[in-house]
Amino acid sequence: MSWWLFIIAALAVVSVYAWVFRTGGRAIRPNNPFFRDMPFTVAFGYMLAMFSVFGAIWLYMQDGAVFFRWAVQGFIIFAIAAFAFRQFGRYVGTAGTRKLFRQMPLTASFGILVIIIYAIFAIFAGAIAPYGQEEILGAANVIPGGDPALGGDPLYPLGTDQIGRDILSRLIFGAQNTVGIAFITTCLAFFIGGSLGFLAATLGGWLDQVLSRAVDVLMAIPALIFALLLMTIASVWANELGIPLTFFMVLIIAVIDSTRVFRLARAVGQNIVVMDYIEAAKLRGEGLGYLVFREILPNATAPLLAEFGLRFCFVFLTIASLSFLGVGIQPPLADWGTMVKQLAPFINFAAFAPLAAVTPLLAAGAIALLTVAVNFVVDWMLHKSSGLKE
Amino acid sequence: MTDRLLTIRNLKIEGRSDETWNPIINGVDLDLNRGEVLGLIGESGAGKSTIGLASMGYARDGVRISDGSVEFDGIDLVNASAATKRALLGKRIAYVAQSAAASFNPAHKLIDQHTEAPVQHKVMDRASSVEDGVELYRKLRLPNPEQIGFRYPHQVSGGQLQRAMTAMAMSCRPDLIIFDEPTTALDVTTQIEVLASIRDIVEQFNTAAIYITHDLAVVAQMADKIKVLLRGDEVEEADTRTMLSSPTEDYTKSLWAVRSFHRPEKPAIVTGSTPVVSLKNIDAAYGRVPVLHDVSFDIHPGRTVAVVGESGSGKSTAARCITGLLPPKSGYVEFDGEALPLDYRKRDKMQLRQAQMIYQMADTALNPRKSIGEIIGRPVQFYLGLTGKEKRKRVDQLLDQIELEPSMYYHRLPSELSGGQKQRVGIARALAAEPKFIICDEVTSALDQLVAEGILKLLAKLQDELGLSYMFITHDLATVKSIADEVVVMKDGRVIEQGGKSEMFQPPHHPYTDLLLSSVPEMDPDWLSTVLKERGVDNIGDAAVDKM
Repeated sequence: MSWWLFIIAALAVVSVYAWVFRTGGRAIRPNNPFFRDMPFTVAFGYMLAMFSVFGAIWLYMQDGAVFFRWAVQGFIIFAIAAFAFRQFGRYVGTAGTRKLFRQMPLTASFGILVIIIYAIFAIFAGAIAPYGQEEILGAANVIPGGDPALGGDPLYPLGTDQIGRDILSRLIFGAQNTVGIAFITTCLAFFIGGSLGFLAATLGGWLDQVLSRAVDVLMAIPALIFALLLMTIASVWANELGIPLTFFMVLIIAVIDSTRVFRLARAVGQNIVVMDYIEAAKLRGEGLGYLVFREILPNATAPLLAEFGLRFCFVFLTIASLSFLGVGIQPPLADWGTMVKQLAPFINFAAFAPLAAVTPLLAAGAIALLTVAVNFVVDWMLHKSSGLKE
Repeated sequence: MTDRLLTIRNLKIEGRSDETWNPIINGVDLDLNRGEVLGLIGESGAGKSTIGLASMGYARDGVRISDGSVEFDGIDLVNASAATKRALLGKRIAYVAQSAAASFNPAHKLIDQHTEAPVQHKVMDRASSVEDGVELYRKLRLPNPEQIGFRYPHQVSGGQLQRAMTAMAMSCRPDLIIFDEPTTALDVTTQIEVLASIRDIVEQFNTAAIYITHDLAVVAQMADKIKVLLRGDEVEEADTRTMLSSPTEDYTKSLWAVRSFHRPEKPAIVTGSTPVVSLKNIDAAYGRVPVLHDVSFDIHPGRTVAVVGESGSGKSTAARCITGLLPPKSGYVEFDGEALPLDYRKRDKMQLRQAQMIYQMADTALNPRKSIGEIIGRPVQFYLGLTGKEKRKRVDQLLDQIELEPSMYYHRLPSELSGGQKQRVGIARALAAEPKFIICDEVTSALDQLVAEGILKLLAKLQDELGLSYMFITHDLATVKSIADEVVVMKDGRVIEQGGKSEMFQPPHHPYTDLLLSSVPEMDPDWLSTVLKERGVDNIGDAAVDKM
């Protein structure tokens, strides 16, 4: 009951502040449209935002708010890094890239920066990681930070996992495995879905019908459950044929995701096919290959690239989910999904040993950060491509 | 001075692009009295619509009124609060947009959209507003005024929709209506009835209006005075009759002179000569819907055949039959006396090369991701097999022919060209195949008059140099007069009349040709009144077409 009273009282206080804010503003700047045409709800929003910021500062000062403090610090550091990266891009490089960076929002430069860092880690994992991903080094000690006073071990900056492997090394190799496989899978999905989609759009008729209905059937089955089912079958084949299960996983996820790409490519392609320049090319007597790759594809790159970013996130999450469920990337290979699953019990320590609870969050955070980064870049590209259409 | 309604002084408007504010209007003054109609004319980009919107105190997104004053009946609209404007717009100032089809909400019936403003502004209650709407529909001579309001926008024709839009603007009996190119998208026979209705109702209610258009002949019928704009500056303003008879500025004179471009008459065709293209008894259909019925006409070497008709008359479909995009159900197409395969997929390279096409919308006819050099170079390489330096040389030559500087334009993208330049590139692409025959599908209808004239002159020059034959599809009879040698009039998929230009423009006509010809607005301000008197109010537009 007291909670209800508190909330009502707080709303009342904010309303009073909002009223004072708007009336005061009107008194000081009588003919300024900002205050003059401001609805009360907007004033309320401004005041609520102000109080939220005060609340956040107060929370930051508290001793117990370890995670919140980390989040704020991380946010500020990333913002500064993104800003510095964008400034860097504005003065270095060709005229084209400099112009690109000048018009770029901060979120996009953050996304690009994160993606570049991930790519470097994934490509040079062997050189960067201090230990091997399968090496069992000693006792399990999940405390990150490497500070002996808190129970950490300076040799392993992020601690060691439940059977004594270095978590930092496994995170870095995880980038190679999870991100690399996701990238290959997405490329394959786009190759299959994109080329079939454009073909269906250009030729139409019965080919379009057959392909589209086949895609409808595949899309009717929930993707993750379908993937699980096929993976179970494939694991038997993998054993019999001696082919790694990962190979089957790439194929299965690529085919399932290519259905979504097909839909998009067909829709985009259909809008382009009706253009007069396609008619002109047809009347010139151009072949199918020229039509698809030289006339249609260059006009479809913007939506396809945006979809690529999005699709990459989904594929990446599907792989992590499959690994979490135990049928994806197989141990002892490091994979973020598997790491979250195996270290998950430590989250129970959050209340009294926040440091130990961090361990499963490292891999989860790596997944979240990449997903957010890719989406920032995709949003920006979508915005840019829709602006170009004007 | 009491009847002054709108006063605009030194209006400056800026638009935001590339992170800077660029001027759109550089200080325009405007005065409008009660019951007066002002015509705003100018090419696209002259700032006509921007001024129209600014006189409602409104600026589009990314556009701001940076200086000057707009005063409506004593109210300062530039600094008015949102609440003040809300009370004014729709009630005392109304706006009629160019495309009524795009401006009506397709999900609601006409009458429901009509009553919205009066009810919102508490001018009338819903019942009396419905009654008033029916009355307005009757005044605007819409067929079935009692029932038409209960239809959805897609169930009503374009001209009727535009009149319903005018009725909607009238619903609160505003003091000022802004008409933004209300008839530009309509056929001539439909245009005339919309013009007559608008003029009638504006006079009846003594409403002031700003009439925005790029068509001089239209504005001559509608406006009491005319203001000419050029790139955000006022060129001159005068009373309609004075403006038409004795414009003072050079720019205005050049606008007036556009319609005077005429080609010398060519000698008559030698009987028995083989036409370049010949349509023989073509019947065509989209699916089961028949579109063309027994269409036959010839196009002779070095001559221009204009195909005229309203939208839906089958002009473009005839072109699609010639190119083979739509194989006819019966009949055939002859090229140089030989029958062509009906489907373009069955034609060989040489046959495809001989007939080229120029499109109405240059925007969609040029691949936006390819440079001008690539666009023109592709047919050069494809048909003539030229590559490398020879190809470049040929493309440069073609760019010279269309009067674009090769070094400047070779690497540009279509988005970096103006509308007229894009259309020239379209012409160059057709020329690159070195054809005998070119189909021009409404090539000038999306262009401003001065630019369109340039394109027509270019086409005429190329015809003289290269001996090309044109099939010129258009609905604009002024264009026909200036460029055609022979004319084919089409209606409902049939050829109604055909012959040489001079015979076609002289009586006796087929009644439909007569209707088309007499519906083209002329530069005489009394033209509309004369036509209405001759034909009677019930014998124009759709009504007249239906009687055919």
